[in-house]
Amino acid sequence: MLKILKYSFFDLMRSRWSYVYFAFYLLLGIVLLFLNNDLSKAVITLMNVIIVLVPLIGTIFGVMYFYNSKEFTELLLAQPLKRSSIFLGQYLGVALSLSMSLILGLGLPFVFYGLFKSNTIWDFSLLLITGTFLTLIFTALAFNIALSNENKIKGFGYAILLWLFLAIIYDGIFLMTLVLFEDYPLDKLSLIGTMLNPIDLSRTLILLKLDISALLGYTGAIFKQFFGTSFGLIISFIMLIVWVVLPVLRIVFKAKKKDF
Amino acid sequence: MKCFLQHSVFLILVFTSYIGFSQTINVCEDCSISSIKSAIKQAKNYDTIVIKKGTYKEYNIVIDKPLTIIGKNYPVIDGELKGEVITIISNNVTVDGLFVINVGTSYTEDYAAIRVRRSKHFVIKNIVLEKLFFGIYIEKSSYGKIYHNKIIGDAIEEYNSGNGIQLWYSNHIEIEHNYVEHVRDGIYLEFSDDCLIKNNVSAENLRYGLHFMFSNDDVYQDNTFENNGAGVAVMFSKKIKMLNNIFKENWGTASYGMLLKEINDAEIIGNTFEENTIGINIEGSNRITYKNNNFTNNGWAIKVRGACYANRFLENNFLYNSFDISYNSKVNDNVFDKNYWSNYTGYDLDKNGVGDIPYRPVKLFSYIVNRTPETIILLRSLFIDLIDFSEKVSPVFTPDNLMDNNPLIKKITW
Repeated sequence: MLKILKYSFFDLMRSRWSYVYFAFYLLLGIVLLFLNNDLSKAVITLMNVIIVLVPLIGTIFGVMYFYNSKEFTELLLAQPLKRSSIFLGQYLGVALSLSMSLILGLGLPFVFYGLFKSNTIWDFSLLLITGTFLTLIFTALAFNIALSNENKIKGFGYAILLWLFLAIIYDGIFLMTLVLFEDYPLDKLSLIGTMLNPIDLSRTLILLKLDISALLGYTGAIFKQFFGTSFGLIISFIMLIVWVVLPVLRIVFKAKKKDF
Repeated sequence: MKCFLQHSVFLILVFTSYIGFSQTINVCEDCSISSIKSAIKQAKNYDTIVIKKGTYKEYNIVIDKPLTIIGKNYPVIDGELKGEVITIISNNVTVDGLFVINVGTSYTEDYAAIRVRRSKHFVIKNIVLEKLFFGIYIEKSSYGKIYHNKIIGDAIEEYNSGNGIQLWYSNHIEIEHNYVEHVRDGIYLEFSDDCLIKNNVSAENLRYGLHFMFSNDDVYQDNTFENNGAGVAVMFSKKIKMLNNIFKENWGTASYGMLLKEINDAEIIGNTFEENTIGINIEGSNRITYKNNNFTNNGWAIKVRGACYANRFLENNFLYNSFDISYNSKVNDNVFDKNYWSNYTGYDLDKNGVGDIPYRPVKLFSYIVNRTPETIILLRSLFIDLIDFSEKVSPVFTPDNLMDNNPLIKKITW
């Protein structure tokens, strides 16, 4: 598995797309800092970007890589190798190279700007951690889609639909539900609703840092316990890990049965 | 001869009264006078009583003549939880440098560490109060000064705790450089006009850092209010000036930096509101000028609850608040002009420092959160940004004339 991971990783490192991705984040970081002159405001803007773009790039890139390297995968399958190690190796190769582009691309400009001397370092590292988690989650979801669909066009379609659903439509439905049932106690529902969507989950995680004063404005014991203590942070991280583990397990499961 | 006699008698009278004025009475644990009460009894008008270091277990000390009481090295006056400690009922009393502890708690009487009743020209300074019920209670008195005191309470519940400094029907009082923490209301003014509250720190109080009720023409400036139950409450008062104060970290469901209720003709200038759940909560307040304030990282910078007319918000900085302004109605009669909004996304083509398109500070989402508070969890979601954008293009739910026509491009410095 490690060998395949290494191969996928270096293959991607050499490819143009990782450089484009890396350059994009580098440019974004530089431009944001150049325009804002303020680290904390740049972190807020970055949060919006990361929450929307990282999942999109993760899904598209994952699906694309899977379809592109299909012939190579078939070649590997002919060798005496475990199926799970082939697919997991490929998955980790993609996810890790994407995460590295993200961390380096955003990290470098901020470090040069004096991140270590400012007090936004925790907000920023939280941002990078959630970005990495989102990459891991959405690449895994993309692999799932690609594994289930032989048809490339269909696969891409589903991938974009998945992103669109989780990034926008889900929140719309969520909001409508909350407004419709406003006469009922909604603390639990709203927290559970957040847990079920990795994008919302990472958004909440960052909100805990940035907008804690607004979040505490709502009267609700469960909210207060969730946001007021480190309980919320811990639960959110556990859920993010669950969100990584479940799709990866499905990759392993699906890859074992799939007929190539 | 007769004339001479008269003169000499007069001179002697003046002389003796002068001696009386300068007379000093020492109180210490092993002096001839070992209690404060007996010292006061023996003292004549305008004497000075010096209390040496030590512990004096006394309560209900009544100062009924113009005296200067000075503590050397903070003598401890222990009220033994039995009642009020010092009561001043004479004009021209100065109390300086005492350490008062263990004031009695009562549910029928407001026992205070130091109470001033119907007196004028008093000075209370350098007092340290601990384990208190009420701290310094000024009742129907005027022209007094309260300087450099430190009040540290241990209040846990609102109903059985008192206020740090309380003014009741007292005018022309100056309250400066005091430090108040852990009481119910840090400083409380009721029916008190023309007072000056300056350079105080009021922190971690159960209810309000500073509380006005039915008090007019007061000024408070350069104070810091931090981490109180609900910041500062200004209620039912007129013509209050609030200048250069700092309101910080008042977090919670009913926490405000400043709570304005039924306030008219006030001036709020040069204040800093930082990391409060609600920076200013306004209800039924008219003709107020908000100028040169900084609103930084608040949940809501300003929450307008209703019945607020002819207020003017000029040249303020709104920086990184989750919500800049929240309204619960569609009617607007307030003016927003020349503010800097960090959320402004317009442009300035003619380079005059003023944005070319107006800024709408009320978002649709703040309207939704007012209706269904749980939706706060969707803050900063892409979907919310989309509906906010569409509302910005064509306002349906938010007041359509509420906008800043001259949003500034650069943060204002003054």
